This record gives sequence, C-alpha cells and structure tokens, in this order.
Amino acid sequence: MSPPSPDADAALGAAIRAEAGTIVASLYRLVGDFDVAEEAVQDAVVEALRTWRARGVPERPGAWLQVAARRNALDRLRRNKRLDAVLERMREDVPPSPEPSDVDDRVPLLFGCCHPALAVEARLALTLRAVVGLTTAQVARAFLVTEPTVAQRIVRAKRKIVSAGIPLTMPAPDERAARLDDVLTVAYLMFNEGFVSTSREQGDDRDLADDALWLAGLLATSLPAEAEAVGLLALLTLQHARQPARFDEHGRLVLLRDQDRGRWDRMAIGSGEALLERAAALRAPGRFQLQAAIAACHASAPTWEATDWLQILVLYDMLLRHDRSPVTRLNRGVALAQVRGAHVALEYVDQLGADLDGYHLFHATRADLLRTLGRSDEAATADRRALELTRNPAEQALLRSRLA
Amino acid sequence: MKYVLMFCDTPDLYDRVDEETAKKTYEEVFAWFTEHGAAGRIADGGAELQPVTTATTVKSSDGGPVVVDGPFSESKEVVGGFTVVDVPDLDAALAMARTWPPLKHPGVSVEVRPIVEHEM
Repeated sequence: MSPPSPDADAALGAAIRAEAGTIVASLYRLVGDFDVAEEAVQDAVVEALRTWRARGVPERPGAWLQVAARRNALDRLRRNKRLDAVLERMREDVPPSPEPSDVDDRVPLLFGCCHPALAVEARLALTLRAVVGLTTAQVARAFLVTEPTVAQRIVRAKRKIVSAGIPLTMPAPDERAARLDDVLTVAYLMFNEGFVSTSREQGDDRDLADDALWLAGLLATSLPAEAEAVGLLALLTLQHARQPARFDEHGRLVLLRDQDRGRWDRMAIGSGEALLERAAALRAPGRFQLQAAIAACHASAPTWEATDWLQILVLYDMLLRHDRSPVTRLNRGVALAQVRGAHVALEYVDQLGADLDGYHLFHATRADLLRTLGRSDEAATADRRALELTRNPAEQALLRSRLA
Repeated sequence: MKYVLMFCDTPDLYDRVDEETAKKTYEEVFAWFTEHGAAGRIADGGAELQPVTTATTVKSSDGGPVVVDGPFSESKEVVGGFTVVDVPDLDAALAMARTWPPLKHPGVSVEVRPIVEHEM
C-alpha cells in the first residue's frame, strides 16, 4: 500500500474533526461521565486514523466513529463496573439524537474545556483532543512536547473537571463575556502555535492553524451575536490568507515584510474583511476585532513600506485599551518604528525587558531595531538570545541565517 | 456538590484598613451569609478564626509529633475562616466566592475546594 497523500490525510483529519466534539458531547450526556466519554472517543479517533488510512474514509464517518466510541465507552464502563443504568440506555439501537437547542452541542463542551480553573496548557490540550478530535500524539507533536506530558496534562484536567465539578455548560450571563474571551483565547493560541510549523514530518500531523480557523468558524456560527467571536474569525481568516507566502520554495520562513504579496489568498482576505465589517456592526469592540483591523491594514497594503503605519499605530493604541499585555505593546513597537523611527521604538521596546526577557520575539524585534540603527554587534547578541529561546525549527533557521 | 470556601488574607490586613471600613465590611459579610443562607447554599456556617498569631502547630518528626509555635506554613496569606457551601457546580461556588465582601481589600483571596464525598 502506498502512503496516503497529504491531501488525503487532511481530508481524513477534517472528517474526524467534523464529528469528534459532537460525539464527545452526546456520549457525555449518555454516560454522565466526561472522562469515560472523552477517552472512548479518543480511542475511536485513533482506530479511525488507522483504519481509514488503510481503507479510506467510510461513507458515514460520523456513524462509524459513534459506533466505535460507544463500544469503547461500554468496555470502559464494564471495567469500571458502573454500567447498570447506563447500559440500559446504551442498548437502544439508534443513537439518541441530541435535543434541539439554540447552540451547537460543542460550544458548552468548549466552555468547560476552556474553564479558567484549568491551566492554559491544559485548556489547549483538552480542547484539541475533546473538541477538535486530535490524538494525544498529534497534540504532542504540534507543541513539541512529549506524548506522556500531553497525556498527563489531559488526565489532570479531566480529573479536575470531574472532582471539582467544572460544568460543561454555557456560563451564566454575567460571566459570559469573560468566559467567551477564555474560549477565544484558546483558539487564538492554537492558531499561533500551529502557525509556525514548516513541513509536516509525520503523515498524519495536523495543521493546527487550519484547526483553529475551523474552531473559530464554529464559534462565530454558533454565537453570531458575539462581536468578538466574529472578530476572531475575521482575524484568523486574514492571517491565514498570508499562509501561502509564509514559506519560500525551500521551506524557509519568510517574514511579513519580505513576503510575495501576490501569493496571498485574495478570496480569503475578502471574506476576512467582510467578517470584520459584520463584527463591527455589532458595536461591541474588543481586542480580536482590533487585531483583525490591523491585519486588514496589512492585507490591503501593496508593500511593507507603503503600509498605512499611522493607521496601524492608532489601532494599536485602541487595542491597548483592551489588552495591555507586554506582547501587544511589543507589536506596537514595530509600528512605532515605522512611524517615528527605530530610535524611539527601541526606547519603547526596551521598557518591556522585565516582562519579556524570556520571549524570543522580544529579542528578535530588538535585534531588528538595533540593525536598523547600525548597532550590529548588539543586534547579533539579541539574535543569539532569540535563538536560544525558540524551539521552533523554522524560526531557528531564520535566526541562524541572520547571524551567518 | 459541596465545597469549602477558605477565606484568606494577609495578617496585617486590619492594620491597613481603618476601623470604619472594617466595620462596614463586617456588616457586608453578615449580609452575604444571610443572603446565601436564605437561598440554601450554606451547608455549614463554618467558623471565623482567631488571628494567626494564636496558632500552634503539631508537626510530624522522626521522634514523633512535636508542638511548635505559629502556623503550619510560612506563606504570607493565611486562612482566616471557612464555610461549607452546597451548590450545583464549581461555577456556582465561584460566583459566591466572587461576591465575598472583603475581596475589595488587597491581599484577600478565597480558595474554593471540593469536599471528598464518600459514597454510602
């Protein structure tokens, strides 16, 4: 058997992704035990990957996964000897269809997986596995950590969900905005973590950026009145539109300023802009919409030099009212350099050293400003520091070429 | 589910807060208990503790338990009291904790921990 093509693997991943979260949600409703439900679906996903790669995606992938997950859940319950009442319910031949409700089943599940009582890494890992349908191995490779590390994060998170009584439901109205921000942040992190991957080494590696875009789409569709949910989808759509230009023909990372803008996906940019307008019409500005507006400025600029940097700087000042994080201020520094010069920007960026000393892009940004100012020795030192701090192979290669 | 809310503060809290503010916070705490009690969310009123300066700790050691002066941990924040609540889930417990009146003072925190429930 010849190895499946990357396209076939992407189709396989998408088929699993379309079903996994819904099956976790319905199985959880059925067995009343989140851990059992999630593990059962995870096992089904692993089986599906193996079987479907060999024989192709079945006609009804959802039904296939559902049957496998139920069988696995039954096995687990039998081992746990906790089946009495549940077994009766599971004997029904036809899987019970979810009760009709206003929101997609997966959205309450997401709110639970992204609960602030869980550590951020745990939220990410659990969301990827329980809602997006990644395997533990895929999550581990995406974050460059070991499989046992991911497995342990997930086990702990699920133990906490069960023992601390974290509800897998929509949050109360007065908590809704803050909790939605937590959920959107997980999708945003997922996009950024997945963004810098060069080539997919393993056949069944997932494109996390694509998964994040899908997740943002799910949220924007399920919560169309939430401006920030639509804003995040706009942001990720606009950023993803640049994907074709982010690597050159040798697989090397290309920074925004050097990208061949002719390779940007104009269709995607158009839909990103339309989404941003839709979000803005809801009249509830927020950090994702403002970041989307900044991305839209870049998307419409013919070159790096001809970019409307003043507009971008104004947008960053607005963004800082919603998000004072050091990383946002660092990004503002890049725009500041274009408007008021590298000297002013360096002074501004240097104030962030205490917060960002462990962040590779802080040092890479400083290196860039120092180079512009002709201080090449200091620039090299900063680049070396950045190189020490990043584990991403594509970024490492870029920094090495700057140091060569 | 039952949770213990542990009300923590820094021992010098009431040195930093003037008497009138302290009195007002006390009244608000009373109202907090009254409100949640009436709603059936308080399973056990718990207790307010004497200052940490009154604490004595019995510790394990190689030669058997020893009695030492002071609190068990060296941490800046100490438990000043606790109450047991009975609510549907963590979100409901967090919603209660969030409205704990002394939280408007710096250094105050509320730790929310589920209780181990033994099956009958």
